[in-house]
Amino acid sequence: MDKLQKSKDKIPAPVGESITRVDAREKVTGSAIFTDDIQFGPGLLFARIKRSPYPHAKILKIDASKALALPGVKCVVTGKDFPGYTGLYLQDRQIFATEKTRFVGEPVVGIAATSEELAEKALDLIEVEYEPMAAVHDPEYGMSKEAPLIHPDLGKYTVANYIFPKAGTNISNHFKIRKGDVDGAWKNCAVVVEHRYQIPHVQHVPIETHIVIARAEDTGKVTLWSTSQSPFAQRNLIAKALGISHKDIEVIAPYVGGGFGCKAGASMESLVVAIAMKVRGRPVKLRLTREEEFYTAFVRQGLVAYFKMGCDKDGMLLAMENKFYWDSGAYTEYAVNMTRASGYSSSGPYDVPNVKTDSYCVYTNHPVTGPMRGFGMPEMHSGLEQCIDELAITMKMDPVEFRKLNCVQGGDIIVTGMVMHPTGLTECIEKAAKAIDWGKKEKPSAPHKLRGKGIACMWKAPAMSPNAGSSAWVELNEDATLTVGIGGQEIGQGTHTVMSQLAAAALGVPVEHVRIAKPIDTDVSPYEWQTVASRLTWSMGNAVVNAARDARQQILEIVAKAWKEDPEDLDIVNGNVISYKSEESIPLHDIVIYGMPKENYNGWIGGPIVGRGSFMPTYVTGLDAETGQGERAVVHYTTGCQAVEVEVDTLTGRVEILKAVGAFDVGKAINPELVKAQMEGGFGMGLSTAFFEGLKLKDGVLQNPSFVDYRIATTVDMPAKIESIIVEVPQDDGPWGARGVGEHSMVPTIPAIANAIFDATGVRVGSPPYLPEKVYLALVDAGVVK
Amino acid sequence: MSTHKINVKINGGLEQVEVPSNMTLLSMLREKLAMTGTKNGCAAGECGACTILLNGEPVNSCMVLAVEADGAELVTVEGLAHEGELEVIQKTIIDKGGVQCGFCTPGVLISAKALLTRNPNPSEADIREALVGNLCRCTGYVRIVEAVQAAAEQQKGAA
Repeated sequence: MDKLQKSKDKIPAPVGESITRVDAREKVTGSAIFTDDIQFGPGLLFARIKRSPYPHAKILKIDASKALALPGVKCVVTGKDFPGYTGLYLQDRQIFATEKTRFVGEPVVGIAATSEELAEKALDLIEVEYEPMAAVHDPEYGMSKEAPLIHPDLGKYTVANYIFPKAGTNISNHFKIRKGDVDGAWKNCAVVVEHRYQIPHVQHVPIETHIVIARAEDTGKVTLWSTSQSPFAQRNLIAKALGISHKDIEVIAPYVGGGFGCKAGASMESLVVAIAMKVRGRPVKLRLTREEEFYTAFVRQGLVAYFKMGCDKDGMLLAMENKFYWDSGAYTEYAVNMTRASGYSSSGPYDVPNVKTDSYCVYTNHPVTGPMRGFGMPEMHSGLEQCIDELAITMKMDPVEFRKLNCVQGGDIIVTGMVMHPTGLTECIEKAAKAIDWGKKEKPSAPHKLRGKGIACMWKAPAMSPNAGSSAWVELNEDATLTVGIGGQEIGQGTHTVMSQLAAAALGVPVEHVRIAKPIDTDVSPYEWQTVASRLTWSMGNAVVNAARDARQQILEIVAKAWKEDPEDLDIVNGNVISYKSEESIPLHDIVIYGMPKENYNGWIGGPIVGRGSFMPTYVTGLDAETGQGERAVVHYTTGCQAVEVEVDTLTGRVEILKAVGAFDVGKAINPELVKAQMEGGFGMGLSTAFFEGLKLKDGVLQNPSFVDYRIATTVDMPAKIESIIVEVPQDDGPWGARGVGEHSMVPTIPAIANAIFDATGVRVGSPPYLPEKVYLALVDAGVVK
Repeated sequence: MSTHKINVKINGGLEQVEVPSNMTLLSMLREKLAMTGTKNGCAAGECGACTILLNGEPVNSCMVLAVEADGAELVTVEGLAHEGELEVIQKTIIDKGGVQCGFCTPGVLISAKALLTRNPNPSEADIREALVGNLCRCTGYVRIVEAVQAAAEQQKGAA
């Protein structure tokens, strides 16, 4: 029995091992299939979309007769054909605009033709008459009484019960936190810091643009091949928008060439389904051009944020007052929930007794915003963590010590009134500070350069429906290998590898015996809410472990019956069932399909083994609409920090990162190298948004929709060294203690860099991006450069 | 649109392809030959996902007309491995964890191969310079650069 107990207590292999990615070989040989790679033959039609050239305009007349007269043009679709409303939390959007358009790029007419060139030619022949209207390009103006109403019917839209739109305004949600007595706390503060920050829209920039092929059959069945992070959510949204039964929609989602949130939910997919329904029997393909990708899929919310925070004479944080004006663009999709998520995490990862937050989601005539890696947290922390830094320095305290003094600990009553679970933020701060040699000032590499270090902390919870669920199945094959069914997407993060590891560990077979069933296909894959919110390792991981344990239990019961033993005395080790009692052993492949014979072949026991498992958090509670207080706002928080060392060139304003360190509490790293790869990749994306990125909108028209004008980080922009530190304070309901880390690594990057620039120069650079000219002019303004 | 018959050697094998005058090499590979390993990320020569070797030189195949390649030799990602044996850079990018979503990977591998052919002993700066035209949104490039360094080391050992 000792052996058995030992085996049960041990973390089984390959949990915690950095095995090679299961998708690596096909991705280096060019054989991995992405959506655009699927061949449809000569029957394929090509869709193009006629889009609004105005940010806000009435549609007076649509005339597509000339386009339809062109040989090879198969159909034209307008809003009149599909007038229903859709939306994840707030149903504010039609597939094609009907009465008016609300952003430049909004779909007005869709066509299908026999070639892309022909479709493009036909678009030019479609005549649309508009009457331009006054537009909103700024969320603070959008809040004002003078602003034109973008959605006059806001009060009539269907909405989730935890989203609070204000009819007769441009406010699609207002989330409030009222904790303690903020107004009474200011007088007890030794120092108070107050700032405004503006974070521009950025774009996700997956290297693979959005691509969808849809085919509607005569029977009513609709099939989509889609670059999707959320095949099941797409099925749900499209079914509801078009009035089709869920069983009649099949979404097939091959490997995704980068998502970062923009391929979650539905953006352009319904357009293709609507067109396909007009040309039944033929597949229709829409491939967004890079230019379209920049402003017609999703972009990240813009933010105007006001922070006011203060601490007492000992440096203890006493109060925070925050106002967030989220620029959601023309439609909300995820933005209303992002407004909520930023509100319920608005204290940052700190223990603050008094917090008042008003987080507003505001319609503008900007591109539609969607979820992006970090879901509001990179934007919010950008300002918050610069204010924390300034507070520490004004108090003449070390920014690392100040953060350690105030950072959230297990047992704290956090901003929503929830009791914080155990977390390793203090350990993250200590380890990152040590790795960057905090407190040690190095000499710059040249006389015209200034050198400094900065740190920033973060926290983030999976922002999702409270009851977002996962499911999985595990099927044993004749040779005792495993086929694992999941509905979560491989978008580069390595989830298929991690799920293989979890299934192998939970069942007791070598990981080489596991294959993930793909592509993800809603007809055959088990349900998964969405591949978002860094939730798969935890949520889908639990479902996979449950499915593997279910299969394991079935196997053990069959063998126990045949051996006349107790299943409790049996174990599966390395593909064999063994008994700790009788010391018998039998390979799995003798059992898992054909069962086991009874004594003297007097009948059979068992049969093909299929394990099933699911997971859904059941404990998340609602929050009070007036105070944002409740027992448990979220499932958990992942915490961490980044520290950087920079050199600022005072002649050019260019900032170079010499070294970067990240430390995050992931609960348990199932595959440490994959975790570190997420930490590096997130830092790279954070660096890119810190130094380069921002949509340049002029009266709602995007001025930089290409890689020449919208620059993202390249090889030469990254530091030579990024050190990634894994901290493991286990998650009580995660598989072997694991929680997610995919998004978190880009959350503190902007403020860590800004704080390092301050340390080097004594100048606060504020709102990103920190382009050389911005940094240089800030140095001139501050008198650092004459 | 008039069409042309062109002869190209792709990954060592001769092909005759009939292409319209305005067809790019990228479209020829993906649409005419169903060789989909080479990716379309921008169709404007800016992202590097469609990088192939044209007579040994790395090019953005979206920026070259197929007719210009008449008589040329092409190498795509499908041509890197030989009889199931991966090329060194393919192995090291797996070992170093330089693959995430995999969409930029084919172009990265081709650019890296071109670098290692013309400069078997590249410095870190040489590597970063050689890959500056291959955009990757997932990895932060760190492990890609390490993979090229490791490939150079291994090739040196083998020589």
